[in-house]
Amino acid sequence: MYKYDEIDQRLVDERVAQYRDQTRRYLAGELSEEEFRPLRLQNGLYIQRLAPMLRIAVPYGMLSSKQLHKLADIAHSYDHSYGHFSTRQNLQLNWPKLEDVPDILAELASVEMHAIQTSGNCIRNITTDQFAGVAPDEIIDPRAMAEVMRQWSTFHPEFALLPRKFKIAVSGTKDDRAVVQMHDIGMEFYLDNHNKVAIKVWVGGGLGRTPILGAVIREHLEWQHALTYCEAIVRVYNLHGRRDNSYKARIKILVKALGIDEFRSQVEAEWAHLKDAPNTITEAELARVAKHFEAMPYANLPAHDASFDAAIVSNPVFANWAKRSLHAHKTSGYRAVTLSLKPHGKAPGDATSEQMHVVADLAEQYSFGELRVSHEQNLILADVKLSDLFAVWEKARVYGLATPNIGLLTDIICCPGGDFCSLANAKSIPIAQAIQMQFDNLDYLHDIGDIELNISGCMNACGHHHIGHIGILGVDKDGSEWYQVSIGGSQGNNASIGSVIGPSFSADEMPAVVQKLIDVYIKERTPEELFIDTVRRLGVAPFKAYVYAQDEVTA
Amino acid sequence: MSQLIKLNDNVASIAENEWTVVQLPPSLVEARKQAGKVVLFKLTGEQTVSEEQISGTVIPESGKVIVPLSVFIACKAQLQARINAGEIGVWLDTHEVLADLAEHQSDLNQLPIIAVHVERFADGRIFSLGLLLRTRYSFKNELRAIGDVLRDQLFFLKRSGFDSYLIRADRNAEEAMLSLNDFSAPYQGAVDETRPAFVRYNRVA
Ligand code: SF4
Repeated sequence: MYKYDEIDQRLVDERVAQYRDQTRRYLAGELSEEEFRPLRLQNGLYIQRLAPMLRIAVPYGMLSSKQLHKLADIAHSYDHSYGHFSTRQNLQLNWPKLEDVPDILAELASVEMHAIQTSGNCIRNITTDQFAGVAPDEIIDPRAMAEVMRQWSTFHPEFALLPRKFKIAVSGTKDDRAVVQMHDIGMEFYLDNHNKVAIKVWVGGGLGRTPILGAVIREHLEWQHALTYCEAIVRVYNLHGRRDNSYKARIKILVKALGIDEFRSQVEAEWAHLKDAPNTITEAELARVAKHFEAMPYANLPAHDASFDAAIVSNPVFANWAKRSLHAHKTSGYRAVTLSLKPHGKAPGDATSEQMHVVADLAEQYSFGELRVSHEQNLILADVKLSDLFAVWEKARVYGLATPNIGLLTDIICCPGGDFCSLANAKSIPIAQAIQMQFDNLDYLHDIGDIELNISGCMNACGHHHIGHIGILGVDKDGSEWYQVSIGGSQGNNASIGSVIGPSFSADEMPAVVQKLIDVYIKERTPEELFIDTVRRLGVAPFKAYVYAQDEVTA
Repeated sequence: MSQLIKLNDNVASIAENEWTVVQLPPSLVEARKQAGKVVLFKLTGEQTVSEEQISGTVIPESGKVIVPLSVFIACKAQLQARINAGEIGVWLDTHEVLADLAEHQSDLNQLPIIAVHVERFADGRIFSLGLLLRTRYSFKNELRAIGDVLRDQLFFLKRSGFDSYLIRADRNAEEAMLSLNDFSAPYQGAVDETRPAFVRYNRVA
């Protein structure tokens, strides 16, 4: 993965000094609450319901063992010994003290990490596929470009104070796992007719109050122009995006107001001036960065491993885990492994300091000292030998990291919600936990099969509820917490936004509501049909009828 | 003490302010307008400048003055002698359109100073405006940030082409000056240094 040089290190060190002074001035009363707000936000520090929340950047989800050990130590020294991995592939600490943050940043800087632009109205962490570099369907490893873009967007002076937050995702696979259509800018790398790396650029996607899929602004952009083209897009947005109403301030609203054609022509007019400007990426720079993402020194292994095959046959528990948690790998004899942060009844995405140390050790021992965070809030060991999988499983199991539910109903994507987040309408974690307990039967879960259930505590949609096959959104009705349910959302190439099935439910009702949705699916599905496909085939009506009909009978 | 910071050859110092900013009289109507010409049919809540405001604006008879863009456009003929004498600068709000200025003043470098007024420090349009003035319109004279100008935005203002900063009256300009140098090796090219780090340095993997 990318290693800092002097320039990178100097920047994060200077950042620590800058933020230390900003904090000092705030505590001394030299900066007002309002003035400090964007400063702390650009550094990932929210003031939450119970305490500040600090969001630490994990650029495109990549971590080294050393970094994860450090995060575990920080969570232990400055927090309640756990952290929360977010849907933006970042790590959130829920209980740091405001006055400790400069010290935390200094610790982070010592392992080439920071919290720069993890919130606030600026360009956020650039996200990508958690299987980048190892996925068999990968056309281009997007990480080098993601890193080039990370550097470009870091303290970009022109875009330091945008109308609203700005999220960029990059992907280089046939099957989009980075949800590029849901981002302010999505970049899909591919090889063009001349076998050159090109980018299909999407703009104006996003969740939140007005969920919308991005539109294609450019079918073909040569990779050299990625930065200048983004500059043209973000400049048009910076100048003309709404600033009077934060709900209407995202780029998607501007794109919609202008129409994609008008928006495109403004961007192209701007880009005519920017094309080939000094921020054009050079071959040398891409090559320099790409060096950090070269293939691991893999062993030459056969496609099968006898000990692995034997363990699968003899140990059904291991086999169950393997079925859900292993992913195909480019290299023969290797697998990517997802370690579940979704044990039933725990807050999705949470990891204790102890678990972080364990995962860091596993990565060190079995996966070249690196790991990834997925936007589904799990941890990935990307390069494990078949012959090591059993050992990984045994250790992961002891520490509650081997729930065999990856991609199943209880692998819930869930935002921190009302337990922590001051913007929340409703709690989300207890809903996730209640659903996990309702479906706490592995055979049944496997029978239900692949399904995504996403929960957000409010319109801001950090839990990506719109693109859950089942989406749950916390809403506020007369001061009490209710939940709106949608079905039919989806991520990936065939992305869609779910439809709300009807009036919302109380927290108590939620496990039964999900149960009824599943009941309809089980009854109606054709062999091999996944939940999402049944919903697409039948529409919302039969689900709705059953959920609400039952309601009346019991009422 | 003066609240003005000026940058000369990348060296910042507190400077005397020779320029008076001419204000528009307050508007009596709650007027709303579209954000410039570019975004159609879009209410932004920005106030438009009324005819009454323009005619009610008092421009001092002598001395160096920075007049509002709308007044400059309306009164350019009367001001021409003073423009030639280098006594007139122009300021604009962040929602105003640079093309309007360029349309009425083809050679911007005839103006010794252009100021951009930022009403709330969190309004980042000022950065794009500065950059465009420097790059697209090749403005070479003094470019000043006025209004809610605070220390923690100075580094970005500098990189966006501003070389003078009128710090908000209740803040210490001397201390603010320090933040112009918050970062010594920024990654991306901008106005002050057009070459990105990967061009400036020999970065080896
Ligand atoms: S979706 Fe709402 S409640 Fe959940 S983390 Fe985001 S802002 Fe907070």
